[in-house]
Amino acid sequence: MSAETVRCLDRRCFVQGITGVLTGVLAVLHPLAALVPSRAWALELHTLSQADAATLLAMIHTIAPHDGLDEAAYALVVGAIDTDAGASVDNRSQLAAGLASLGAEFSADDEGARVARLQQIESSAFFQSVRLKTLLVLYNNPIAWTHFGYEGEVFSKGGYLLHGFNDLKWLPDVPLADSGPMPIT
Amino acid sequence: MPQFDQHDEDVVVIVGSGAGGGTMAHELTRRGLRVVLFEAGKRQSLASFSQNPGVAFGQLTWLEPRSQSGTWDPVKSSPTLPAWHGRTLGGTTVHWTAATPRLQSYEIRARTTYGDIPGASLADWPIEYDELKRWYDVAEKRLGVTRRNGNPGLPASNNFKVMYAGARRLGYKRVHTNYLAINSRARDGRGFCTQQGFCVQGCKVGAKWSTLYTEIPRAEATGKLDLRTECFVTRIEHDAAGRASGVLYRDGQGREQRQRARFICVAGNAIETARLLLLSESARFPTGLANGSDQVGRNYCHHLTGFVWGVFDQPVRAWRGAVLAGVVEDENVYNPRRGFVGGYHLELCALDLPTLPLVGLQYGWGRDFASVIDNYRNLAGLLINGEDLPRPGNRITLSTTLKDPYGLPVAHINCEEHQNDVALRNHARHQAQRLYEAAGAKRTVLSSTPPATHQMGTARMSRDPEHGVTDPFGRTHQIPNLFLSDGSVQTTAGAANPTLTIVALVLRQADYIGREVAAGRL
Repeated sequence: MSAETVRCLDRRCFVQGITGVLTGVLAVLHPLAALVPSRAWALELHTLSQADAATLLAMIHTIAPHDGLDEAAYALVVGAIDTDAGASVDNRSQLAAGLASLGAEFSADDEGARVARLQQIESSAFFQSVRLKTLLVLYNNPIAWTHFGYEGEVFSKGGYLLHGFNDLKWLPDVPLADSGPMPIT
Repeated sequence: MPQFDQHDEDVVVIVGSGAGGGTMAHELTRRGLRVVLFEAGKRQSLASFSQNPGVAFGQLTWLEPRSQSGTWDPVKSSPTLPAWHGRTLGGTTVHWTAATPRLQSYEIRARTTYGDIPGASLADWPIEYDELKRWYDVAEKRLGVTRRNGNPGLPASNNFKVMYAGARRLGYKRVHTNYLAINSRARDGRGFCTQQGFCVQGCKVGAKWSTLYTEIPRAEATGKLDLRTECFVTRIEHDAAGRASGVLYRDGQGREQRQRARFICVAGNAIETARLLLLSESARFPTGLANGSDQVGRNYCHHLTGFVWGVFDQPVRAWRGAVLAGVVEDENVYNPRRGFVGGYHLELCALDLPTLPLVGLQYGWGRDFASVIDNYRNLAGLLINGEDLPRPGNRITLSTTLKDPYGLPVAHINCEEHQNDVALRNHARHQAQRLYEAAGAKRTVLSSTPPATHQMGTARMSRDPEHGVTDPFGRTHQIPNLFLSDGSVQTTAGAANPTLTIVALVLRQADYIGREVAAGRL
């Protein structure tokens, strides 16, 4: 089973297979590219076939469904899992067996069917490792930060003291006795 | 920087450079003693601190795995990282959020106040509260604690505005921007807080007190400090008379080295301090050093913690600003009518986006889980910090399954929750949810128990050598020239974040050591 689902593809073959996805990401997010871990962007898929990558992508979407989050963020998770799979035979065979168990039709199913299918395998090491990797990678990149509104590094701007740490206006201000003065005015 | 001879029997060895060890190094060197300070981690600086949370985590954290057992949440939710603390020069004072509440007088008389609670090993501290209070005064001046000694409080952040509105509507009275070892104005040669929001990653403006850039440089300036970073102490040795004689350690190249010592202060945090004592077993002390009472490693306390998030219709942007700059103190009282003994703080808290799903939420996936993160901008957050009861079986032992890179067993942590712990946490969660609902939250969200950031109690102080590990000054009952200088000596946990108490006890211990040395007894 694993031989059919997880293949070590020829590198050129792989690059041809997913170039469309990668080029799109880099073109759209060029100003941010320097901030992204290079290994995630390289997306060196040594193990996943195009079909398996599609199954995995659908699984990640089902674990962490965020409408409007750029597909590039999800692709980073696929890339990270593919890298892990390339690093050890155990990882590779676990991933292979797991994806095979979901079947080729999984990525075409509607969300409700995919949720039901994943609930059946939730206790498996395969599901848990994909879930953990999703949490580790999906929210730790500038694509996600922009989408969810997180502002990241702020030292270069001098902190939030003069940049909105207290700009909330929909509740009353706190009396001075229970807070404190601005250190600069 | 001086380099003292490894055979010099007159130097003092300190293991660990955090709140306890870093402060002790300053206190002893300024009294003229020559000190070798060991730190397992590397030296970072304001310039090298990173505001990329993943990079900072790798830079500052004790990452060696531990093994775990018991009913405590992190056994499931955080199997390889039960505790989150520093391994860097300055220790956890680089990573901490700088909350510096005092223990209350009822908390250091826990056995008398709470009574005999089955399943718990409560004891009163062997110190009078007035004496602890005297050293709190000294520590607060040293750390520049806000809202004390004329230091202003920090201004209110967005996240605190939400906490404040909800808490006041619930009728809470003691709600403010917290007691923090963070400069609210320039003092002590350091600048004021500019609300970076990256306290945990290392304060890049140095407004937060850390031994890295306060106590340790002052110790270095005396010319009496031999600082050895990336040196990991693996064993405390003793002589034929049963006195501590020095330490074995691995240097930065992994080579085994030995340093003789006149006396030794161990401040590795309550997990590693207990582990080092257990690793130091010998023919004379077969169960480990200072463990004649079989109390080393027992009574491990970590506080009852957990995040509570309020989801609002409008933006909060809770990540902006000093992380713990807010507190509700009203529940830090003894009131058994709530269904439990001990008290808790509700402390303002926020998490950066990458960290939120990893430690800030309960296990989950799918639409419901993702919808919390979809609302990241609109989350207000707080952290429960409550007193957990000491239990003899909640303990640090040497792991039988995992070893460190030197082949030494890592710490194993066993934690079984007491019914009182469960009741306190449930009450705190319910009150926090009511708080956010009172402020207008459309939904509230709970977390699992995150990795422990407060390590306490594994070598408790006691008057009677049978019931503890150290005397009231942190001097081990069994080894007269071995001192413990961190949270391990806390007899019980109370509900106060432990750093201020650690510093107060270490300043008091250093004063005692100074008098013992002057009298020729040490």
